[in-house]
Parts: sequence; C-alpha cells; structure tokens
Amino acid sequence: MSAHSFAGETAIVGIGATEFSKDSGRSELRLAVEAVKAAIADAGIKPSDVGGMVTYSSDTNPDVDIARSLGIGDLTFFSRIHYGGGAACGTVQQAALAVHAGVADYVVCYRAFNERSGNRFGAGVQGRAPMPNAENAHLASYIPVGLLTPASWVALAAQRYMHVNGATSEDLGVIAVADRKHAATNPKAWFYEQPITLEDHQNSRWIVEPLHLLDCCQETDGAQAIVVTTKERAKDLPHAPVVIQAAAQGSGAGQDMMTSYYRDDLLGLPEMSVVARQLWESSGMGPDDMDAAILYDHFTPYVLYQLEELGFCKKGEAKDFIKGGRIELGGDLPINMHGGQLGEAYLHGMNGIAEAVRQVRGHAVNQVDGLERIVVTAGTGVPTSGLVLSHDA
Amino acid sequence: MSVDHSEALAALVGMSTGFPTVALDLVNEPMIRHWAEAMGDTNPVYFDAVAGVTAGLGGIVAPPTMLQAWSMVGLTGTLKRESSRGEKKDLENANDTMMRLLDEEGLTSVVATNCEQEYDRPLRPGERIAMRATIETISDVKKTGLGVGRFTTSLSEFFSVDESFPSDPSLRDAALAKAERVGTMRFRILKFAPQASAPAKPPRPKPALTQDNAFFFEGLNEGKLLIQRCTACATLRHPPLPACGKCESLEWDTIESKGSGEIYSFVVVHYPQVPSFDYPLPIALVALDEGTRIVANVSIDPEHIAIGQRVIARIETFDNDLSLPVFDLDTGA
Ligand SMILES: [Zn+2]
Repeated sequence: MSAHSFAGETAIVGIGATEFSKDSGRSELRLAVEAVKAAIADAGIKPSDVGGMVTYSSDTNPDVDIARSLGIGDLTFFSRIHYGGGAACGTVQQAALAVHAGVADYVVCYRAFNERSGNRFGAGVQGRAPMPNAENAHLASYIPVGLLTPASWVALAAQRYMHVNGATSEDLGVIAVADRKHAATNPKAWFYEQPITLEDHQNSRWIVEPLHLLDCCQETDGAQAIVVTTKERAKDLPHAPVVIQAAAQGSGAGQDMMTSYYRDDLLGLPEMSVVARQLWESSGMGPDDMDAAILYDHFTPYVLYQLEELGFCKKGEAKDFIKGGRIELGGDLPINMHGGQLGEAYLHGMNGIAEAVRQVRGHAVNQVDGLERIVVTAGTGVPTSGLVLSHDA
Repeated sequence: MSVDHSEALAALVGMSTGFPTVALDLVNEPMIRHWAEAMGDTNPVYFDAVAGVTAGLGGIVAPPTMLQAWSMVGLTGTLKRESSRGEKKDLENANDTMMRLLDEEGLTSVVATNCEQEYDRPLRPGERIAMRATIETISDVKKTGLGVGRFTTSLSEFFSVDESFPSDPSLRDAALAKAERVGTMRFRILKFAPQASAPAKPPRPKPALTQDNAFFFEGLNEGKLLIQRCTACATLRHPPLPACGKCESLEWDTIESKGSGEIYSFVVVHYPQVPSFDYPLPIALVALDEGTRIVANVSIDPEHIAIGQRVIARIETFDNDLSLPVFDLDTGA
C-alpha cells in the first residue's frame, strides 16, 4: 500500500455547530442548517461556493433540503456513509477525495440530530420491525435474547478484553475521569464545571456489566458541520488551513456491525488497525509524532483498544499506559480535550473533529501547548475511519 | 380467604330468593315474531296459526327458549315492574344475603358459567307467566382458573297462571302450589376472588428471517441447535451467511450441535429494561465445542456467572412461537 494521493493536499477550513443540549426545541433539519451556515461563515465563503455535501446514512436531513434552505444552488457531489459514528472521519475523507479530484471546490460535512429529545440510540433496537433483510437478519442473533443496545454490544466484547488483559472497571474509570476533567473547563460542554472522581465512576449504577453509567456517553441534541477544500484554495481564506495529512476508512476481517464476536479473539479492533496503517503510511507520521488524540469514546473500553491499535502502546497494555495523568491535559498524550462524548456532547464523533481543528488552529479552550499534529478517530465496534490533521508546515 | 361463611351460606340453600313475580306482558304474537326474526328462526309455528294447527300445537306457540324472556325487566329496566321484594324495596332477600356473604369472603367478582333450561310444554299467546326462584346449591370453595371461588346455582320455576293469581305477593307461593309448571331454568355463577393480575409480558422481539438464516430458527423449533457447515471445505460458520469465507462456496448443510461449550464472554444487562425480559439479564457468548460461538441466554445466577464456566444448552420456547437455546451450568452430572 502506498500513501494516498490526496494526503497533505486538502484542508479543513471551516467549522460550525449549534449548542449541545438535551432538548434543542427545534427540528433536526434546522439544527443541520444552523451548523452548516455557521461552518460556511467560519470558512469565509459563500453558500454558492459549496459544491458538495456529505453526511451519515443514519442522518435524517437531506442535503438538498439544507442546500435549498441556504441557497447553496448546484451540487456536483453528494454522498452518505453508513455505520453510525464510524462515518465521522469518513465524511471528511469523502470531501477530501472530491475536492482533490476536482469534483467540487468546497464540500460540507454535517451531522445533526435530536438524539436525546427524539430518537434515542441508547434505547437500542426495541421497536425495529423484523423486515426480512440482511441488516435485520444480523440482529436476529441478538434481539430475541435481549442484547438490544449499543452498551450491551460493546460490553460483551469488553468483558473478554478485561478478563484476558487484567483490566478493571477502575481502569475504565480513568478514561471517564479524564474526559470529565476536560469537559469541566469547556463552557460548551454539557458537563461544564462537573468533574467526576474515580469513586463517582465506581458508584454509578450498572448499565450493562461491566459498564457503569459513567462508562457510557451522553445522548445529545445538536449539529456540527465542517468545510473541506484544497490546500491551495485554503491559503486565501481567513483561517490558517488545517491540513488533512491523512484520512482513512477501515473494515477488518470478520467485521460485523457492533457484534464482531466471532473473530479469533475479542482483544482488538481490526478495523481500527486498518485505519491506523493507512493514517501512518499516508501522513508519513507515527504515533510518536502526535501531540494529542481525539479518540471516539461512546463507551470507555474501546478507548483502550484504540490506543493499542493506533500504536501508542502494545496490545493489552493500554490500562497501564493511561495511568498517572498521561491522557489528561499536560500529560504525554492528552485525549479528548473538549471533554469527549462522555463530557462535551455525543455528536457521533463530528464534534471531536471540530475540537481537533480548534487545537491545530491554536485557540481551543483546553489548548495543548505547541500542538502541531493530532489524530482523530471515529465510531468503534463498527467499520470506522480516522484523520491526521496538522499545521500547514 | 380470611372470612369463612360456609355455615351461613349452607342455611340459605333451598330458600326462595324473594316473592314470586308475574311477567309484564302476557305471552303475545308480536313479541314472538320479533324474537323469531331476531334469532333467524323461520319455523312457521311461531307466526302462522295454520302451521301450528297442522303441527298439532293448536295454533301459534312461543319459541321454548323465550321462557325466561317473559319474566325479564325490559331493555333498559326503566319500566315499572313488580319487585320480588314486594313493597319492602330495601328488604334483603336470600339472594342478596348470599351475595353479601360471598363478598365478605372476598369473592367479589362474578361470572356466569352455565344456564340450563327445561321446557314442560309450549307456551301459547294469552298465557300469563309467573316465576319463582330458589337457591339450589352453594359449593365449597374451589380453585379455578380465575381464582378461588364458590359456584352457586339458582333454580327458577315458571308457571302458567290466570287472572285469579293474587296481587298480594305474600299469597303467591300458596297459589303456585296449585298452578301448572311450564318450565325450569338452572343458572350457575362463579363468585371468585379476582387475582392481582400481573401486567402481561409482551412477547420477545422476533428475529428477522431470510433465506439465509431461517434454517437456524426452524431447527430450534424442532428442538435442534444447528450450525451451518460448508459442504466444500467443512468449515463451520455462525451466524449464518450465504457463502463460506474460507473457500467462497455457496453450498452448505448443517450439523446438529451437542450444545456443550464454555462461556467465552458475558454481560449482565440492567438498563434499559424492556418488559419482554427479566432483569438483571445475563447473556453469554458461548464457545461451542464444535468450534463456533453463539450469543444466548443463560440460566446462571448473574452474581456467579464467569468466563470459562462449562455450559450445556437446552431449547426453550418463548411466547409459544420462539424457540431459543438457553445455557445451563454443566455440572457434569
Ligand atoms: Zn468452505
């Protein structure tokens, strides 16, 4: 495999979001429109400059409705990506491919939902009618026995990982404490000024053993949008370009949607390994070059897996790697400085990309001193994606 | 049942439930015709005098099943009618006493169980019908599908009387001794203690069945835990897929698993709680001895479930139409 041709040639030039809440009081489409409008303004372009739009296949807001709402006009590229939060960095990859190939000049990636006040993913698949198709047939192995929710799907793999590697619930708690520490100083975070202790984590109720409530991300109403263009065009825009050094998707052997329980072991995320391999090859960088990481944290255990798959530590050693404040601001590898999805908001990973952009621009509320390069990941347990972003060096 | 009125109830058996009553209307042709029409009974003896004579009945007769109808209070019960309580409207008659005693025993609900009628002879237009009811039986306390309760039977006797039938209710029993009985009715009810009904558990969510995975659930319905096998290279696979990831073959058959295996991983679900399941809900990823893994319910106490435990499957049917393997701890017995 060789480096991707678009690596280092494209950039994120605009970000925009709504507030993050538990009840937005407005339609998901309006949230999408507000975020896209804000991102276009942040990029310093006009709506009519936008030629492409990318979102998740699970997003309910048609790109054409947003385009009509904002007077975007002609679109020459539109695309949707499957696998829930696994799509996050993939939307940016699609945009980068499109602008690098000359299919569109500016592409907007967006995700908007009322995931707390509307359709809650945490409720699982209780109401799903069993239409006889392959997606539902996949669930036939789980829903009749009561394995209905994302928390339960992750927990069934995590129990094995913890058993084999000797990781404990307290180890998971270290991740939750770090996220909430960062959220506590981020005014945009839902859990602003609400840090937790390891004791709080241990005392929180069980959701699905071995996961406590504080191992599970929030449910959020909100929207996030991101504008991508070529590095050349980016030079004429107000913000210093945030260069996409690498963008990759990955699905691994034995891949399943959240329930890859039949692989040789349950100790890794092979799909994240596929992403990591591409990120490091394309960017010409490695884990040691990263000043920080935004790691998808819908549930704490998979943060441990990701540290291993990305090469920050050896297999099975993430529980020791995270100790001693290493993943907190001021540590060797701060993660999720915005508070992550446990602390800031659950925006299906898109708010993490925006945080990485702010960090590279150098004006994040919890800024990592001297940050030049950062890795971002998307939803775990599913086919996923990742980014390496940096200054225009 | 904290209160037991067996003795007081036994004393009521054989007692009349009040004074005999007389029907609001004489037996008459319009009501007979309406009844026959409503019932869809086209027998001409109910509306054609010639047919009645030809049949040897002497003219139009009333359908036998109208027996009780003559003594009824009418659709809304608002018309003035004789009371079996006579002038003393608030008098507690034997039937009232029986119902009160049963209520006091906690048998507060009622359901009618049987109605048996016997007809001595056909009734003809112009006849005046009187009725008397007595308590015939009160059973011991029985266990029933509805709850514990007592069956009671009332016997109603119907008589044909003439204009001389006394208007004074207290004189009527004596008059009936000389009147002609035309039919009887036994009416049986169950007075029972309603069970605190647990809210019905909704059925488990059903699996989506396609041509790829239906065999697995059909096998379970026949009591077999089936594993898909590639017929080209003999690789086992679960969950089902249309082709073999090892050799691409689309050809497959199945083997029947012995159901033995070991807990490879597990969870205990606490929240959210879906009414179809009991919580805390342990669910295991079982490594079957044949080599595949399967996600299934387990009967092991959530406090004591552990990775590495040996388990053995039995097939349990839920909601009458969903069979699934459930794994029990394999004690080696
Ligand atoms: Zn094969």
